[in-house]
Amino acid sequence: MNPRKWDKVATIVLYLISGFIIVVLAFLLLYILISGLPHVTWKFITGRSSSFAAGGGIGIQLFNSLYLLILSMLISIPLSLGAGIYLSEYAPKNWLTNLIRNMIEILSSLPSVVVGLFGFLVFSINMKLGFSILSGALALTVFNLPLLTRKVEDSLQAVHYTQREAGYALGLSRWETVTHVVVPAALPGILTGMILGAGRVFGEAAALIYTAGQSSPPLDFTNWNPTYIASPLNPLRSAETLAVHIWKINSEGIIPDASAVSAGSSAILILFVLLFNFAARYFGNKLYRHLTGARERG
Amino acid sequence: MEKYDRSQRYLKNLEDGQHEIALSTDDLHVAYGSKEAIHGVSLAFERFKITALIGASGSGKSTYLRSLNRMNDNIFGTKVTGKIMYRGLDVNSNDIDVYEMRKHIGMVFQQPNPFAKSIYDNITFAPKRHGERRKAVLDEMVETTLKQAGLWEQVKDDLYQSALALSGGQQQRLCIARAIAMQPDILLLDEPASVLDPISTATVEDTLLQLKEHYTIIIVTHNMQQAGRISDYTAFFHLGDALEYDETRKIFTRPKIKATEDYVSGHFG
Repeated sequence: MNPRKWDKVATIVLYLISGFIIVVLAFLLLYILISGLPHVTWKFITGRSSSFAAGGGIGIQLFNSLYLLILSMLISIPLSLGAGIYLSEYAPKNWLTNLIRNMIEILSSLPSVVVGLFGFLVFSINMKLGFSILSGALALTVFNLPLLTRKVEDSLQAVHYTQREAGYALGLSRWETVTHVVVPAALPGILTGMILGAGRVFGEAAALIYTAGQSSPPLDFTNWNPTYIASPLNPLRSAETLAVHIWKINSEGIIPDASAVSAGSSAILILFVLLFNFAARYFGNKLYRHLTGARERG
Repeated sequence: MEKYDRSQRYLKNLEDGQHEIALSTDDLHVAYGSKEAIHGVSLAFERFKITALIGASGSGKSTYLRSLNRMNDNIFGTKVTGKIMYRGLDVNSNDIDVYEMRKHIGMVFQQPNPFAKSIYDNITFAPKRHGERRKAVLDEMVETTLKQAGLWEQVKDDLYQSALALSGGQQQRLCIARAIAMQPDILLLDEPASVLDPISTATVEDTLLQLKEHYTIIIVTHNMQQAGRISDYTAFFHLGDALEYDETRKIFTRPKIKATEDYVSGHFG
């Protein structure tokens, strides 16, 4: 065969492979949405879950997922920014920093159930945090931090070194150059990484079963004082998230409409993850355009 | 390349009391790890003049230029020894505040490197960091420097647009404006026109000729015609040494060393 034919064959094969992946993805997505969305009503989204009777909602689980997400991002964003900036801008190139990078790589491929058990031992038992939102948020931080750090480091590395030289040549210190030149230029990539990380955290179940717990105490949505035991914001209460809820009603649920609740929850979960992904693209692109060819003023 | 005899170097000595010296180096060596790139260069640069550094790729002219405001500090494993004298201070000593020094010795690079900020912010960013907060002063600085860089007419209505939307030549002129906004004594330029089209190059050259009324300019260039057009003095670099340093017109018409003659006449390089 001549090169032209080979090229054609290769193109067709690559199209088939990509097509296969897209078909699988589309099937999964449509299946979840089609079987789940009919069960999704406002009452379902906001209602309380029930232990025995049919007609339970997922309001508290949804709130827990969002609260846990915010808490874990509050912990992991500053840490990953600091670590990523250090690794990219300050760390000398030697065996120690290479070791750190390898460790981060290994950590990022740790199975989430292992992270969950680790969190259970360290945060719930040793640090006596019990089954709590805080334990869960810390476990999610362990789960998410390596990837976020990696993403921050990569985004900073992608900023050309001439940008740094420009800063130095104007008499700016390394810290000023990093914080005012390099980080802003890397912001679209960092933001995308953060939002995608949020999506990962939002759908995580295994790391939370042993840390945030599988039950939700009755919450008093009229009292937002975080120290009050039944307050939704109390970080020391246990909290079943949406993903854990799906796992639980499927494995040990005794409600008669388990499959409907599970399908509806999955649809909501998928919608949120999709929302995060589209938000990542939208804001990343918008920010990039603003920094590069912006029409916006200011 | 031909061997050369260091004893036959001809370096015009400007430190004779007749010329006002802005910057000088004394036996400057630069080494990357164990490899020495500059083997002891002693040159003095006259104030309010343009000095061109010419030479083939790898001759060390850029390395030499970048050591003058200690940009090589940021490259791991680089060692610069010898003296760089500026206003009676040895810039190459450890107790010099490098950041303060770079306010006085500015630099424009080979690749235009505007910040991912608006045109206005590109110019005012560093002065703001150094404490200038008055809006009127900053506004005037933007207008003055952009006019000096020959960019004002093209961008005056788009000052809040991203600098990355400019063309390469405009970006480079913005970088020049940004550098002179610091009001440095000395402006170092590392092949600033190498990425520019002929029209932008001509504009940048005009800009430099105007700037030399207020600034001492040292420029690295690959372009012999450019060196001939704009510079007052020329230093010829070869294999990490300055072989000949003289008035530009002499370098191009009656060079004293054969290597220089070969280079400027295009026999190698």
